[in-house]
This record gives sequence, structure tokens and C-alpha cells, in this order.
Amino acid sequence: MGKYEPKIIAFCCHYCAYSAADLAGSSRLQYPANVHIVRTPCTGRLEIDYYMKAFENGMDGILVAGCEEGSCHFKDGNLLAKRRVNSIRTVLAEAGIEMERLRMVNVSAAGARPLVEYIKEFVETVSNLGPIKTKETVKNTTTGAGK
Amino acid sequence: MIVAERKTIPEMVEILKRHKKILVLGCGTCVTVCLAGGEREVSIIASALRIASKVQGLGFEVSELTIERQCDNIFIEQAAEAVEKCDAVLSTACGAGVQAIAERYPQKPVYAGLNTAFLGILEERGVWTEKCVACGDCVLDKYGGVCPITRCAKHMLNGPCGGSREDHCEIRPDRPCAWQLIYKRLKDIGQIERLETIVEPKDWSSSLSGGPRVIIREDHRV
Repeated sequence: MGKYEPKIIAFCCHYCAYSAADLAGSSRLQYPANVHIVRTPCTGRLEIDYYMKAFENGMDGILVAGCEEGSCHFKDGNLLAKRRVNSIRTVLAEAGIEMERLRMVNVSAAGARPLVEYIKEFVETVSNLGPIKTKETVKNTTTGAGK
Repeated sequence: MIVAERKTIPEMVEILKRHKKILVLGCGTCVTVCLAGGEREVSIIASALRIASKVQGLGFEVSELTIERQCDNIFIEQAAEAVEKCDAVLSTACGAGVQAIAERYPQKPVYAGLNTAFLGILEERGVWTEKCVACGDCVLDKYGGVCPITRCAKHMLNGPCGGSREDHCEIRPDRPCAWQLIYKRLKDIGQIERLETIVEPKDWSSSLSGGPRVIIREDHRV
């Protein structure tokens, strides 16, 4: 098996980060293919369950990209998301997942470059963390299996 | 309503680790309103337990169900099939709900997933405060509807302790002094003279000090 490639979801708000991702594409800005972009009407729409289920089903990291603070299309959805993300990070840590695997960033619709930078940085963070350490992965690492 | 708080995931894992098939059983009443043990929280707890199980190699099989009310036998029946299939139940109801489930299914281990905290209200979004200790002998009529037993840290019945600072309690500086509230409220409703009556020491036998309490209504018995 080759180099470890983390599976990452980026929940992008329709009104900012999704447009920024689109702009990144039109501007020919490259970002790692590990990231699967999911459009959401607002980051405030993201239930805690979405994050939990994503990790439960094998995601290695989740990036939440919302509007810049103060410019949410729905007034304060991004601030709600920020609070929610912070509280889930605690639950994740309690369950044994590094909280760095969930991160929220704020970008504007014109922020293709910052978004690409955030994505690259996040992919690097998650890559450095490696796969989520379960009994199985730890066993495989120590026995050399799965490399 | 009854206000409760979730136990931490490591605490739950410690409680459950001797079992494999676990049912996280939510309650749709008070703990749903205080965002501690309703359908949404059950889903989050179940997910967190599955993740913890994977990380620690515990082999949990976690299922979830939320019923309307865990403290009522009629509703508990709805959980019969799910309870039957599991090795243990992690109930996210208040202490009453947990015990009702345990009584109804005597062969099944039933554990509490929450810490039941108090009888209170939602004061503002995300803030719940205690309003009643269920002492069994309500004195609210004497104090303009502000309970000195619950809301005064020293349970003073005949006036403030003298330790309040800027209308706030000296024991819990983030909470208002109950006696300040009582005085203001009695003044507002024109009953300030009530404070002139000396209140006798309270008889605590109607509270938990008198042993587990029971209310029997002969007119409703069958």
C-alpha cells in the first residue's frame, strides 16, 4: 500500500466557501483530492449528528467552511456552527478522536486562495495524525500489516 | 422540568464495558427539553460510544431508541422488544426513568447515562437554573413566589443573611440573592407586610429527610 491518504469531508456553505471552491476551480488553483466537498445551505444547518456519523463511518477529518464572522447570509448561522464545532470537539476527544480532526474556518465567496490554503493545511494536519487510532490500526502498525 | 446533564463518554464506557449489545434509551420528556437525553442526544451518545468502541476495541453493538416517557409503564412497553434484544440498557432519562426501566425489566442491567441535577427552568438559551427542591411543603405563598429554600444558599426563611454583594449571593456570586428578589417581588405585588410575620422552622419530614416519599390517591386507585 502507498502513502496514507486521509479521507476528508469539507462542509462548505453555499453562500461563501462553496463559491470560493468553485472559484478555486475556475482559477486553476489546486487543492488535495482527499477532500470531498459537500455543499450546505449554511454551516448553521449542520447537526452534531452529521459530524459524528461522518467519523463513525470512516472519515479521518472534517473541515467546516463558513462565511466570515459578521457576514452570514442567515445572520448568525456560522456563529452557531462555531459553538457546535467546539462542543463536538470535546465529545470527540472523550470518544478517543483527536480534536484537530475537526476544524472550522471562515472564508468569503471571493476567498479561493485562503480556502485552498486552509484545505492544504488541514490535509497536512490530518495526514500527520495518521489514521484514527483504533485497536486494529495500532495492531497493524506494530505488526507491519497494512503498510 | 427535571434538568439533567450527560455523563462523559469515558464514564459511560467504564459503566458499559462488561457488555456487548447496548441499547441507548432516550426519553422524550424533560431531558429532551433540557437537551440532555432526547432523540438527538441519544444519537450523539450512540455514535460516540461506537467510535469509542472502535478506538478501544470494546466490541460494542450499539442500538438506539427514544420513547415518549420513561417514567410511565404505558410508554415503557414500547421499548420491550429493543430491551429484550440487548445485553444492557444505557438510559438517558432522569433517575426516575432509569429506575422505572430497571423495575419493569428486572433481568436486564440498566444504567444511567445522565446525572440528574435538579428541578428547574430554562432561564435563557443554554442556561438552566434550579427553582424547586421538591420539599413537599410549599412555602412560595409567603415569599411572593420566590423560593428561599431552593434559591438562597443558606435556606434562610426570615430574611437575608447579610452576606449578599450587589444583589448577588455570597456563596454563588453568579446567582442573584434570593432575598433581594423576594423583597422586590413582595414590594411589587404590594405584600411587603408579609415579611413581618416570623416563619417557624420548617418541618423537613415531608422532604427526603422523612424517607422515600409516596403519594396515594384513593380516588384514583383501582
